[in-house]
Amino acid sequence: MSIAPLLDVRDLDQRYALPRESLFRPPGQVRALNGVSVQVLAGKSLGIVGESGSGKSTFARVVMALERPTSGQVQLLGRDLNRLQADELRRARRDFQMVFQDPYGSLDPRQTIARIVAEPLTVLEGADRATFRERVSAVLRQVGLRDADMDKYPHEFSGGQRQRIAIARALITQPKLIVADEPVSALDVSVQAQVLNLMQDLQEQFGLSYILISHDLAVVDYLCDEVAVMYLGRIVEQGRPEDLFERCAHPYTRALLEAVPRARAGGTRRRRGGQAIASQSAATAGCPYVARCPLAEQHCREALPALRKVGEGHLAACHRAEAVMALPQAAMEG
Amino acid sequence: MTSPATAPLIEVANLGVRLNTSRGPAQAVRGVSFALKRGETLGLVGESGCGKSVTAMSLMGLLPDSAVVTGSIKLDGGELAGLPDADYCRLRGNRISMIFQEPMTALNPMHTIGHQVAEPLRRHRKHSAAQARKEAIALLDRVGLPDPARRVDAYPHQFSGGQRQRITIAMALACEPDLLIADEPTTALDVTIQGQILDLIADLVEERGMSMILISHDLGVIAENVQRMMVMYGGTVVESGPTDEVFRRMGHPYTQGLFRARPKLGARKGTRLKTIAGTVPELADLPSGCTFSERCPLAIDACRAALPPMVDVGPGHFVRCIRTDVSMAANVGALSA
Repeated sequence: MSIAPLLDVRDLDQRYALPRESLFRPPGQVRALNGVSVQVLAGKSLGIVGESGSGKSTFARVVMALERPTSGQVQLLGRDLNRLQADELRRARRDFQMVFQDPYGSLDPRQTIARIVAEPLTVLEGADRATFRERVSAVLRQVGLRDADMDKYPHEFSGGQRQRIAIARALITQPKLIVADEPVSALDVSVQAQVLNLMQDLQEQFGLSYILISHDLAVVDYLCDEVAVMYLGRIVEQGRPEDLFERCAHPYTRALLEAVPRARAGGTRRRRGGQAIASQSAATAGCPYVARCPLAEQHCREALPALRKVGEGHLAACHRAEAVMALPQAAMEG
Repeated sequence: MTSPATAPLIEVANLGVRLNTSRGPAQAVRGVSFALKRGETLGLVGESGCGKSVTAMSLMGLLPDSAVVTGSIKLDGGELAGLPDADYCRLRGNRISMIFQEPMTALNPMHTIGHQVAEPLRRHRKHSAAQARKEAIALLDRVGLPDPARRVDAYPHQFSGGQRQRITIAMALACEPDLLIADEPTTALDVTIQGQILDLIADLVEERGMSMILISHDLGVIAENVQRMMVMYGGTVVESGPTDEVFRRMGHPYTQGLFRARPKLGARKGTRLKTIAGTVPELADLPSGCTFSERCPLAIDACRAALPPMVDVGPGHFVRCIRTDVSMAANVGALSA
């Protein structure tokens, strides 16, 4: 028995044309996504990690139907989002909402909190904002704000409170899926913990699914049931957090884990080798990570490794995954 | 005290900074004191608004004109507080340099990187254009910018974030400063690039015998990169000491809270993060007494009455808390949490 997934993404490709540099040659391309496929079950969370330029934000934008992919499918609740008519898509947006990274840039400074939070409803249901005050007050209480906050303006709130307002705005349509792009990276450590706890509470309460995009492995580990590591537009490793972080099977995941500074006494610097930055535009035959990989062999330069099973629910795109898994694992923080 | 080898390079005593904000005057820094010898490294940790960047800016003489600085800042025995701007200009980029958080905004988009790296050399060392250019190429090579001779005439937008930060490091190092201040140098960078940049800074500090003040909100970055650290909150230093001692003991409830609030790798879904209740106070309306008292689980009336003194809890390790007996006994979690 298999349950139909909430979100089913298949073979997503997204390419952007670069400015034309020569009259006689076709313009270059950035391959932001290269055949990304993932599924998210209802009530579960998927974390996406990777460096800048790995395609994680492009992935979010395509899932949110803010961009049309070059090819591939995004199915939410069985509907292909890219085939919907504009008005159908607008109504479908009730089911998937987004929380952005910058709590300062994502709230209109000229609108009251009540108007900001009710805006998705006015778009969806078309009625006057005044009738939504009760629903706004309910959702503000769910994110830990007060009724009195409704008539204030964004500048009266701290970064953490603004991110709560952004979450309230996403919650008000009772979505099934919230895509959060670096929701806590602009916040202070003590406030970050409050927002992460809130996100976890809301998930338990409403059975939400999250797609959480973050460069911080610990944040993803804390909030997600499954993690996908992206590198140059491809998923290079995917699995449960404990699989990835304790038995990582891709050298890139390992490099990310080793780069995290550990907060503890006697923390000495571990030297990291210099790493070349690979290009997004060039299509190469072999593994895209080969230039940075300490384990690369001739075979890696010739054939693109496919995402394959290396354990129960654990996938990796590496010819040498078994060798990587056999290495002593990066020490965890206690 | 007298021999140049042991005399502190920089000595800050009872530094106070009052800023005029839109919400009225705010005491952004209160009673900050520290001394740094040549070759020593110091970390400043804290959240936004704790005064760590204002402390750095006051060392650089870059505070707004309306700021009121009290206390003393001595570089090799010479007083910097109240120094006329013209004199400060001779120090900045020459004896004291700074690396900023945002490598894009720290570079001028209208000038080539070669021009910007050469500028301190031309200004302070009076190098000729050709000489400065040659030196700039050597510096860019040292900070690991690929193919510097060819890229010296490129503009900042032609580089990635990590490369731009390498360029600002080259600028800061041009005149071989005695003191390098790095204000969140890797916060805008990816974790793998962060490692490379921190390696580079550590190499250069060692190679040139500089002193360094590293400012970060990330306890992990501090733990691995500096010999001594100070934790700041609400404009005061709440804990200071050798990095290992501070991480081993964690005397102040705020340091402990900060440490516990970090999501850690290996903490599975379903575990809750231990938050610090409340929010960082506005500098314009700090509570009287201990600045952390409003959020502190251990606060008693005496905490709210007066700013606690620094208490000695170990070798060179001081905590600004009158309840260290409770906080340090309760802190079973510092190492095991």
